[in-house]
Amino acid sequence: MHDTMQTQSERDVVLSVQGLKTWFHSRDGVAKSVDGVTFDLARGETLAIVGESGSGKSVTSLSIMGLLAKPAGRIEAGKILLRDRKGQEHDLAQASAATMRRIRGAEIAMIFQEPMTSLNPLYTVGDQIAEAIVQHEGGTKAAALRRAQALLERVEIPAAARRVNEYPHQMSGGMRQRVMIALALACNPSVLIADEPTTALDVTVQAQILDLLRRLQAESGMSILFVTHNLGVVAEIAHRVVVMYAGRVVEDAGVNDLFDRPTHPYTQGLLSCIPTAALLASRQRLAPIPGNVPSVTALPAGCTFAPRCPLASAQCTAAVPELIPVRPAHHARCIKVLASADAEVSHA
Amino acid sequence: MSTLMNAPQPQAAAPLLSVQGLTVHFPTGSSRNAPVVRAVEDVSFDVPHRSIVGLVGESGSGKTTTGRALLRLIKPTAGKVLFDGQDISGLDEARMLPWRRRMQIVFQDPYASLNPRMTVAEIIGEALDTHKLAQDRRDGRIRELLERVGLNADHRKRYPHEFSGGQRQRIGIARALAVEPDFIVADEPVSALDVSVQAQVLNLLQDLQRDLGLTMLFVAHDLAVVDYLCDEVVVMYLGRVMERGPTRLVYEAPRHPYTQALLSAAPVPDPRAPRQRILLKGEIPSPMNPPSGCVFRTRCPHADARCAEATPPQRDLGQGHYAACVRIDEITP
Repeated sequence: MHDTMQTQSERDVVLSVQGLKTWFHSRDGVAKSVDGVTFDLARGETLAIVGESGSGKSVTSLSIMGLLAKPAGRIEAGKILLRDRKGQEHDLAQASAATMRRIRGAEIAMIFQEPMTSLNPLYTVGDQIAEAIVQHEGGTKAAALRRAQALLERVEIPAAARRVNEYPHQMSGGMRQRVMIALALACNPSVLIADEPTTALDVTVQAQILDLLRRLQAESGMSILFVTHNLGVVAEIAHRVVVMYAGRVVEDAGVNDLFDRPTHPYTQGLLSCIPTAALLASRQRLAPIPGNVPSVTALPAGCTFAPRCPLASAQCTAAVPELIPVRPAHHARCIKVLASADAEVSHA
Repeated sequence: MSTLMNAPQPQAAAPLLSVQGLTVHFPTGSSRNAPVVRAVEDVSFDVPHRSIVGLVGESGSGKTTTGRALLRLIKPTAGKVLFDGQDISGLDEARMLPWRRRMQIVFQDPYASLNPRMTVAEIIGEALDTHKLAQDRRDGRIRELLERVGLNADHRKRYPHEFSGGQRQRIGIARALAVEPDFIVADEPVSALDVSVQAQVLNLLQDLQRDLGLTMLFVAHDLAVVDYLCDEVVVMYLGRVMERGPTRLVYEAPRHPYTQALLSAAPVPDPRAPRQRILLKGEIPSPMNPPSGCVFRTRCPHADARCAEATPPQRDLGQGHYAACVRIDEITP
C-alpha cells in the first residue's frame, strides 16, 4: 500500500468533506453524531473511516448520500464538495432533492452491511439493476437487462444468465453483496461508499469481496470510501485512514503511517485491543481501553476521549483540541502530541 | 487385561470433557421422510482440565450446535458426551440437573440473553436458587460475583437496559459463575461488542479461567481472538471437524486445505504483512445435502476423485494434531 506523499493541492480530490456537522434533534436533546468532520478522497483512492459504535462513521456516509432520516437528522454546518465527471463542483450539503437524485447512482453509489434489506424481495435482481440503468440513462428495458447480466458477470457471479432472473432470497449473503455491488456500479459512479460491506459475511467470503472491490477499482479508477470497525480490513484495503471517535476525526494518515506510528491515544488504544502478530509473539496481554464509548447525547466537554485516556489532564477538558499536523499527511486531534509532533515536523 | 488396567484413570490425566462421535440432525418437517439438516456429523474432540479449547468455523459449520448439544441444550442424535468420565448424552432432565450446575454457558448476544424484566440481582439469584446455593448469604454472594466480573455491586438492583453491551456480557458471565461451574461454553461472547470492549471481556475470561481453574470451550469465528486465548483449537466445516490440535501447531503449520484457506483469508491488522491468500471458490453448501466423501471437496483447491469416495479419517499427525484429509502428504509434505 502506498502512503500519499503528494501535498493536498497536488491530489486529484473527488470528494471533499469540510467541517461537517450532522445533528439529530429529539425530545431528549441534541445528538451530535457528526461534529466537525473533515477529509478528502482522491481519485482512485480507498479511504477507510474506522470507528466503533457511535463514532459517527455511518452518519457521515449517510450525510454524503443525502439519506439522513429527516427532519430529525440535519446537516448543521459544513460542506460536502463533489467534483462530477464534467469537472463541475457540487455542495451536497446544500443540494436539492432533484440534484441528489441525479448524483446518487450516477456519481456516488453506496453498498450496505446487509444487502437483504437494500434489495427489493419482490423483483428479480436483473429487474432491479435494469431499473437503475433505465432511470439514469434511459434506453430500452431489454438493453438494460443485457447490461445487468454483463454487470453480474463483472462481479463474478457464476451462471449470470440464470442468476439475473433470480430473486434476492434465492442467493447467499455473499452473492447478494455481489448483486449490490453490481447495482452500485450500474452507472459507473466515480465514488463508491461501502458501509461495513463485509461485516455480515464469513471470513472466506469477505476475502472474496475485498478482492473483487480491489479489482473493480483497478479497472475503473473509482474512489472508495470504506466504512468499517475492523482494523484488519483497513490494513487490507485502505490507502488512507480516518479514525473517528464520538463524532469527530481524531487521526488521519496514510495506512502504513497509521499502523507504524499511531499517534492519537485512542488509535494507540484501539491497536492494543486486538491480538496482533507482535502481541501474540511476545505473549503479552491485550491492553483494553477502560470504560465505554460515550453517548452522543451526553458527550464529555473538550476532548471526548479524555475520560478514557491514560494521558488526559485538566487542559484536555478545557477545549476541543484541533487536528494537529504530526507528519506530512498525518494529523491527530490531541494536545498531548503537540510537543513531540513539533519536533518531528520540523525534522521532516 | 488386568483389572488394574481397566480402572478409571486419575481425573487429572483424563480430559474433563470428551466428545465422541457427536451427531445432531434436525428434521425439516414432521413427516418421517422429511429431509434432515445434518448440523453436526460425527464430531470428536477432548477438552482437557483447566484448558481453553477454541471451536472455530464459519456460519453453517455447526460450531454453535456442537456447543449446545454437549450441554444438552439440544438433544444429540447420536454420539457420547463424557463429562468427568460419565456419559451425559442420554440422561433425562432430572438426572441432568446436577450436571447442569457444573457446566454453564455464556451467550453471544448480551441484549437477548438477559430477561429485561428482572434486576441483575434477580438474574443471578435465580441461578443460585435453581441449584439451592448460598441460600443463607444470597445477597453477599451476588455482590461478590458482580465485583468478581468488574461491576459495581451497588448496581445490582438495576435492570439490564441500564448497562452497556460490555457490562451486560459481564452480567451474563456472573450468572454463569454463580453456580461455581467447572466448565463453561462461551458462545461468541465478544462478537457483538465494540473492539475496545472486546479486549476487556477477553482479559476477564482469561483471568477467571486462571483464577478459578475453569475449563472452557470458546466458540468463535474470529481467528485472531482464538489464537490469543486458546490452548487448543478445533476447526469445523459443514458439521465436521477438519483439523484440531494445539493452537500454535495448527496456526503455524495448518495441514488441512480448509484451515489453510481460512487462516489465509483472515484480515491481518498490518498493511505490510505478506498476503498469500488462498481464495476459495463459492460458498458453504447446504447441510441438507452435503457433498459425498469430504464435505470440503467442492471448494477445495486440491480435490481429486478420491475425495468424493469416502469421509476422510482423522489422520494422527503427532502431538495431539489431527487433520481429516486424504491428500495431506501430497499437499503439505
